[in-house]
Amino acid sequence: MGADFYYTIEVILNGLMAGVLYALVALGFVLIFKASGIFNYAQGVMALFAALTLVGIMEGQVPFSHLINAVFGTQIHDFGWHVPALLAIILTMVVMVGFAWLVQKYIFRHLVGQEPIILFMATIGLAYFLEGVGDLMWGSDIKTLDVGLPQGASLWIEENTAFLGGDDFYGFFIDQLDVVAAMVAAILVAVLVIFSQYTKQGRAMRAVADDHQAALSVGISLNFIWVLVWSLAGFVALVAGIMWGAKSGVQFSLSLIALKALPVLMLGGFTSIPGAIVGGLIIGVGEKLFEYSVGPMIGGATENWFAYVLALLFLVFRPQGLFGEKIIERV
Amino acid sequence: MLDDTESYVTADGRTIGGVVLDLKSITLRFGGVEAIKNISFDIREGEIRAIIGPNGAGKSSMLNVISGFYVPQEGEVWFRGERRPQMKPYEVAQQGIARTFQNIALFEGMSVLDNVMTGRLNKMKTGLWSQALWKGKAEREENENREAVEKIIDFLEIQSIRKTPVGRLPYGLKKRVELARALAAEPTILLLDEPMAGMNVEEKEDMCRFILDVNDEFGTTIALIEHDMGVVMDLSDRVVVMDYGRKIGDGTPDEVRNNQDVIDAYLGVSHD
Repeated sequence: MGADFYYTIEVILNGLMAGVLYALVALGFVLIFKASGIFNYAQGVMALFAALTLVGIMEGQVPFSHLINAVFGTQIHDFGWHVPALLAIILTMVVMVGFAWLVQKYIFRHLVGQEPIILFMATIGLAYFLEGVGDLMWGSDIKTLDVGLPQGASLWIEENTAFLGGDDFYGFFIDQLDVVAAMVAAILVAVLVIFSQYTKQGRAMRAVADDHQAALSVGISLNFIWVLVWSLAGFVALVAGIMWGAKSGVQFSLSLIALKALPVLMLGGFTSIPGAIVGGLIIGVGEKLFEYSVGPMIGGATENWFAYVLALLFLVFRPQGLFGEKIIERV
Repeated sequence: MLDDTESYVTADGRTIGGVVLDLKSITLRFGGVEAIKNISFDIREGEIRAIIGPNGAGKSSMLNVISGFYVPQEGEVWFRGERRPQMKPYEVAQQGIARTFQNIALFEGMSVLDNVMTGRLNKMKTGLWSQALWKGKAEREENENREAVEKIIDFLEIQSIRKTPVGRLPYGLKKRVELARALAAEPTILLLDEPMAGMNVEEKEDMCRFILDVNDEFGTTIALIEHDMGVVMDLSDRVVVMDYGRKIGDGTPDEVRNNQDVIDAYLGVSHD
């Protein structure tokens, strides 16, 4: 086997790793969409907000310090302490649960039974509002997020695979962070599946996703389930925020990863957790392979649009996605 | 007249207890339309109580008032001797009033077993954390609930479709699964909204048998809405007759059958 073959495999591996991150964001969308029929445009901003909050808490930043300083003429910026990563993650999760509760209490509880497009518009509003709040709370500068995850190429993998491809091949080049992200995503999905299949709340969640009226009749509080679902989506956003933040810094363009999740959802179906995973992997591998093989011939930068073209093809031939529930119209 | 707390024994040997649900002067309006006009009646423990009447008489609205889906503008609901505050449907369900729907509301994507298990959600006491961590207690509880559910599945003879997704079942079986889910909650009162609508003769006979068996075996109090007069007269201990939102008759099947208002309004005037 020539070195080219192994480079192709390396491209596929890197594509899989990128796909895992897409899948993480898509997962948050699926959770909320399944349970409440809301397409949550704010999922990407939630990831950004979670990452901002995490960095802010870890570095002991004073929230709203710009605002406070401007109003009171003070010069406070941080508390002067550092919070350990694990504790900061837990505190951030508390913030995300609080956020879920507020969103349900002040927005979506009042929109029950509205058209999906109205709910969608509400999430767009929520996205920009949350982005503004994030800016106001933690400032708009780019921050580095270091929760102690390993970074850089894995030398171990590189050295131990170098023998495969002869003299021209120096071993697979794989970022350690990507490996960690893949493992975390796998654990996260396993936990979510176990939660939804085997626990009381998980069963209630599936029930609400299936039929609101029937869920009410067996004694399930829709409000509670929706807060739970938004909290779970907040948790997924936090994980995605940590991974993306550690990879490329916490900056406001992070919220745009939501747009990367769209083709993943079209591919995998809006209601399927395995679909989000597989869809993410296909998009990740597809765009990396396409860029590697076809990109150089047509001037590159295919990663920006490849995913959408793939998703469009899917929309034409299989509108419900790979794993989505089949659309059957009874006449 | 019987006192509210007195009990009596029926001809077929079942004991009917005191009043468990008392509806007092219920009025329900939708805008300017009065769907229920000042209706009072009670349901006694252990009885099968039918609500009948022509289309649009307000029967389903009445059931929706009892189960909390509609909030009446006037009147009081008394449950087990206490006045019930305004409640959400899920709170009513938690209190022990289970129901089925005229148009069937099942979780179509879930298996029969999972559907029936949702009926037990309120029987599960373990909190989120021990559930999440899958401690022994949660596991034991799951097993106990599973056992109770299997018993009901056996009882309603739906063992063979336990693992089938509900969406694939024929209409008659869906109705039976919905009954199983309501039963799984071990309700104090079971509300059935047209349990036999749209069924063929055989399916109706089966459903009749199940309703009687449930009442007999578990002593469940049942309130049901039904169109088929023959069925109602065979099944029920007492019947409420509604017409245009009013109550026009209330009593045993025989009393109701001989009530002139009921004959005129619902059964039609005899031609011979």
